[in-house]
Amino acid sequence: MGFPDRIERTIELAHPPATVWAALTTAEGLAAWFGDKVTIDLRPGGAASMRWSKEGYTADMRVERVEEPVVFAFTWPIFGLPTDDPRRTYVEFTLEPAGAGTRLTVTESGFAQLPEDAYRTAYDGNSEGWAKELGELAAYLDAA
Amino acid sequence: MPPDAKAPDAKAPEAEAAAEQVFAALADPTRRAILAALAGGGPATATDLAGQLPITRQAIAKHLALLAAAGLVTAKPGERRRIRYRLRPAPMRVAQQYLAALARDWDSPLSALTDHLDRSAASQPHPTRGHHD
Repeated sequence: MGFPDRIERTIELAHPPATVWAALTTAEGLAAWFGDKVTIDLRPGGAASMRWSKEGYTADMRVERVEEPVVFAFTWPIFGLPTDDPRRTYVEFTLEPAGAGTRLTVTESGFAQLPEDAYRTAYDGNSEGWAKELGELAAYLDAA
Repeated sequence: MPPDAKAPDAKAPEAEAAAEQVFAALADPTRRAILAALAGGGPATATDLAGQLPITRQAIAKHLALLAAAGLVTAKPGERRRIRYRLRPAPMRVAQQYLAALARDWDSPLSALTDHLDRSAASQPHPTRGHHD
């Protein structure tokens, strides 16, 4: 399979799960290593946002799983796609105690998803839409 | 939508096929120029494109037929020499996702997380540790 749907990384951290959990799930924690302006409503379905000022990019996220201190997951837009693209990837952090520290696994999946048969219709529909709207504009201007 | 994100396997081969077609098309400079002209200027005939690009109409027609077969452009029916070709963006969007997956960087943030935790621990000495920086 050449199309990478899923990205996975595991790292060992010399800090207990409770400390890692705080770094992953609080605005202060996330702002210290991930984005630089962070808001988070920590409950499934809650909204979160992360801003990277240098890149001028803000990700609007949706909290999906909050199982302290084991699983934290969210969905967010696919970086690199237009901001109005409805597709999102699913990011899941899993924390396992490992000695005095934590084994942290992050997986991001959904890169290979295709929008529900919008794949063939919506996008074509969109470009048809522009041609149609420009045609309507022309007709409107002609009539004026 | 985690359930959807977790069950992409059935769709992945289709995504893979779309990405393959896009990247094969983009590997050729003439086809890149044709796609760029259609993206920039909108639908055009082979003759229109021959006026804009340093390639013969025949060569352009050949590439357009190939691009149409791959689903990257669609031909609007017309008289033989008047067929207008329009960019079909859907496969490009799939290829964009492929690039997004390759461009996604988790290594830097995870390394920043490790540094952050180590720094915090150093400034608030852990009870079991005898020293801190």
